[in-house]
Amino acid sequence: MMALWQSFVELMHELIPWFDGSIATILIILIKAMALVMPLMLVVAYFTYAERKVIGYMQLRIGPNRVGPKGWLQPIADALKLMTKEIIFPTKANIYLFLLAPILAIAPAIAVWAVIPFDEGIYVANLDISLLYVLAIGSIGVYGIILAGWASNSKYPLLGALRSASLLVSYEIVIGFAVVTVVMISGSVNLNDIVMAQKGGFWHWYWIPLFPMMIIFFISALVETNRAPFDVVEGESEIVGGTHVEYSGMTFAVFFLAEYANMILMAVLAVILFFGGWHSPFEGVPYMESMFTWVPGIFWLLAKTTFFMFLYLWIRATFPRFRYDQIMRLSWKVFLPWTIVWIFVVALMTQLKIGPWF
Amino acid sequence: MTFDQILFYVFSFWFVASSLAMIFSRNAAKAVLFLILSFFSAASIWILLEAEFLAIILILVYVGAVMVLFLFVIKMLNIDKSTLRAKFTGYLPLGLIVAVIIIAEMTLVLGGNQFGLDVVSAPARHAADYSNITVLAMQLYTTYVYPFELAAVLLLLAIIAAITLVHRNDVSRKKQSISEQVSVQAKDRVRLVSITSPKKENK
Repeated sequence: MMALWQSFVELMHELIPWFDGSIATILIILIKAMALVMPLMLVVAYFTYAERKVIGYMQLRIGPNRVGPKGWLQPIADALKLMTKEIIFPTKANIYLFLLAPILAIAPAIAVWAVIPFDEGIYVANLDISLLYVLAIGSIGVYGIILAGWASNSKYPLLGALRSASLLVSYEIVIGFAVVTVVMISGSVNLNDIVMAQKGGFWHWYWIPLFPMMIIFFISALVETNRAPFDVVEGESEIVGGTHVEYSGMTFAVFFLAEYANMILMAVLAVILFFGGWHSPFEGVPYMESMFTWVPGIFWLLAKTTFFMFLYLWIRATFPRFRYDQIMRLSWKVFLPWTIVWIFVVALMTQLKIGPWF
Repeated sequence: MTFDQILFYVFSFWFVASSLAMIFSRNAAKAVLFLILSFFSAASIWILLEAEFLAIILILVYVGAVMVLFLFVIKMLNIDKSTLRAKFTGYLPLGLIVAVIIIAEMTLVLGGNQFGLDVVSAPARHAADYSNITVLAMQLYTTYVYPFELAAVLLLLAIIAAITLVHRNDVSRKKQSISEQVSVQAKDRVRLVSITSPKKENK
């Protein structure tokens, strides 16, 4: 048993150089993981509150204002309500798969966060292929929806799952191609290196040379996270509640958590890939740069992410739902050709050494 | 036994067990789920071998896309189990012969005399800054660039062939032009007609 522990410590030491097998280092790793997941869950809870408030004000309503001062305790009340509700299983449904589906939805949504860099040197894991890891683990999330639709043994969930499966697979291709351009000009699939390659002022960020890709990435992120105006998976007016019809109580809440964690993840990814990650927008600007050197990088990352999260809500309150066939057309006949053309453009620009990033 | 050996045996056990479960499960959707589990186990073993790029691509392509389409098709099909079982004994001798031949071939090619530790030495462990993807890219885009491009052209050919096979232009079908729909104006669709209302006779 001791020898086994010794070899485990050796293996971990190879992966994490400062790991020495003492209780303290194991605690540090656990605390790091918790320091990521707990704030994430809190942000998810208050993101739902922000969504109701923001959309409320956009539609000339007040939004939730009953629980606590200005309704601040609303998400906690919602969580308590969902936790105490009964979980109802549909008759003749496969209970194991029925319960596995929400787990398969939330596990990848949280696991992906392990490689997200928040500041120089602040991350849980620094993978060499972290961008591919994000895409691969993110693509597993679709099983949550497919299994939910299949295991519910009901018509509308199945229709919603079929719609979402084809939708998510088509838009994963678009996101993959859009991300390839970022990899081409940064020369790395490590998220840390991608952010470091955008150092030095907002005109070095990739949203300028890759502006169409940035737009395509953001719209595809809306589809991937089943957000309005692309929320055909649960489109209420068409298929009642889609895959969530048969889910109640905590099982439904877990789907909700996964969806919002994915939304925040896509906002962070957009910032890391196209908006310079933790870099200050005032870098290289005379006077302004020295005025803001005391601000930590994580503040800029979170500020930019908050802006993209706000965009999600803004778009939801603004646009009507797309028709299903139009979303598919947008993916295969508009976005995919655009991304392929832009890959050739970027390849030419990097070869001929023209463009703002040289 | 070291810790990574134990990891290897755990992943291998799951790999073999889930593959067997895939073959023996009677429900096609469950079979696909077990296949996904075996893909994950294979990816874990590859990560133990420091081939993390291959492992991630296996998950990205097969688990993330191909298996989703498998599940998609299985859900659409209405599989009748009785017809599947009807000719089972009839096909059994032929199936057994094929299985025996495949097992014999695989033991000949993949046996210990070909891939034993005395023939192929165990891969050396690399330092933490070793980048599998960089090494792979250097090989793929310099030494093996022509085979790589050929494989890409082959895939493109398959896409074009598949589209040509199912694309039927002569059938008249309902089609919509999105740009036409977007640029439509009220005067194209609505005709305002002024009607002279008949005079009220009563009162």
